Amino acid sequence: MIEIIVSVLLLAGAAFMVLAAIGILRLPDLPTRMHASTKAAAMGAMFTMGGVAFYFGDSVVLARAFAIVVFILITSPIAAHVIGRAGYFTGTALWDGTVKDELRDNYDPDTHTLGSGYEGSPERVAPPPGPDSSKD
Amino acid sequence: MIPVVINIVYFMLSLALLFAFIRLTRGPSLPDRVVALELIASIVVGYVGVHAIDTGVPSLLDVAIVIALTAFLAAIGFARFLERGGQKND
Repeated sequence: MIEIIVSVLLLAGAAFMVLAAIGILRLPDLPTRMHASTKAAAMGAMFTMGGVAFYFGDSVVLARAFAIVVFILITSPIAAHVIGRAGYFTGTALWDGTVKDELRDNYDPDTHTLGSGYEGSPERVAPPPGPDSSKD
Repeated sequence: MIPVVINIVYFMLSLALLFAFIRLTRGPSLPDRVVALELIASIVVGYVGVHAIDTGVPSLLDVAIVIALTAFLAAIGFARFLERGGQKND
């Protein structure tokens, strides 16, 4: 029974890793490649660590595998966010079929500032009323 | 059953490593290469886990922890380098 669980977990982890690698090889630009590699590779490593924990069946090994899973779960999104941000700010070309790029109008690459898009427009959101205006 | 599965998993992980390496060498920009490096580190973490099962040495999991930690620090460092002083439109 344990053998079957370990085999399924290891094969699932390896399958996710291969999917991530195919994604990073085939997808057209930086954000889509990151989208494929970060999540699928983290999932694959987590499945593999689950297989390791089941195979050894020891509390020490379980704690270590759990620590690795938590660490990957915390650091993988942070690293993806930081690399994606740096890639966009250094002017990496997006795919031709990109539908929406909301940063393009609001980001100024020369001054490295990011606006909200509502500066000086009539749709500008009014500031919230002060604490005195609600008195009867 | 386990040894056969481990051989299959080794083959699949080697395939994934090959694909990530192709992207690492071809990748048109530096952020692409950094993403490929991060994927390679994740694959190696999986490799070390499978090797721990293969050899029956659970201490190898410490190696996996260190590899994950250094991969994260490398990604953060590359991103800082790119944002501060990297070449534009490389």
